[in-house]
Amino acid sequence: MCSYITEKTEINGSAKGAGGWSNVTAAHIYYDHPFHASLDHALSIDFMSGDTTRKVAVEMSAESARALVASILAALESGEQAHG
Amino acid sequence: MTYRGMIAELVTITGDKGDKIEAYYARPSGPGPFPGVVLIHHMPGWCDWTLEAVRKLAHHGFACISHHLYHRYGPGTPDDLAAKARTAGGVYDDEVVGDVKGAMAFLRAQKESNGKVGMIGFCSGGRHTFLASCRLDGVDAAVNCWGGNVVVDDPTQLTPQRPVAPIDLTANLKAPLLGLFGNDDKNPTPDHVNTLEAKLKECGKNYEFHRYDGAGHAFFAAERPAYRVEQANDGWQKVYAFYRKHLG
Repeated sequence: MCSYITEKTEINGSAKGAGGWSNVTAAHIYYDHPFHASLDHALSIDFMSGDTTRKVAVEMSAESARALVASILAALESGEQAHG
Repeated sequence: MTYRGMIAELVTITGDKGDKIEAYYARPSGPGPFPGVVLIHHMPGWCDWTLEAVRKLAHHGFACISHHLYHRYGPGTPDDLAAKARTAGGVYDDEVVGDVKGAMAFLRAQKESNGKVGMIGFCSGGRHTFLASCRLDGVDAAVNCWGGNVVVDDPTQLTPQRPVAPIDLTANLKAPLLGLFGNDDKNPTPDHVNTLEAKLKECGKNYEFHRYDGAGHAFFAAERPAYRVEQANDGWQKVYAFYRKHLG
């Protein structure tokens, strides 16, 4: 289906794309038809600089996205423990 | 009859409010005359498959144009502009209709035109095709391929960009309509398709619907898992036959 549902969250960080490193200020996240991935639907994340400039874009399966979320949380938990 | 020779190029049309819009135009080689088709791309953007579909229709004898619905968000690549359009909540229905009117005018102004113009759209473009065919004069044949949100179950889904459920405009539809749908689709569901068909019947419209078992959304999309070869081949044949009947 085609939806226009986009989750947005502020980001404080950097991303490296074809043009090198740059600041990113937000992530736009949605689950819909991808542009490139060989999937019918994909979880897409656009790392943004400002409201309209997309620095890095990724498309992945729902299964991959859930695994990524779990890995991010696990890395945060172990890393924060290690660094106090 | 098919045409192995064709001319395909980027052109500029005059869209809504006089805006200049980039478009891809392919037609068979030779003087014609050829019927025209406006092809509306799906929500992920003005992708390579869209341009392949334009050439496919040219191969089968139609002068086909697909304009870039997200051109106003440019410059940029089609995928980046699709992301910008999404973030903005999608394109405005009024702009879509105005741009289609411009694309139709472009086709009719070409020396190879036979004066007839059809429309076809996929996914959100199917909705746009139904919408524009209800709002514009001069559409000679319309093809809605699994257009979602023609029927709107929840009125809170109406937005400034899409303020009206297209089904509510059915009484204004002047063009004969071909609809292709997969029975496993989630949007439109088989119930949505039945609701639209009931409305077309109620309004006395000229339409033909084909529902495919074993297919869901976007079953023409050869580069995706949704592709269903038998259903897609049959569907394309339905499209060609419909256009040959109504566009000459």
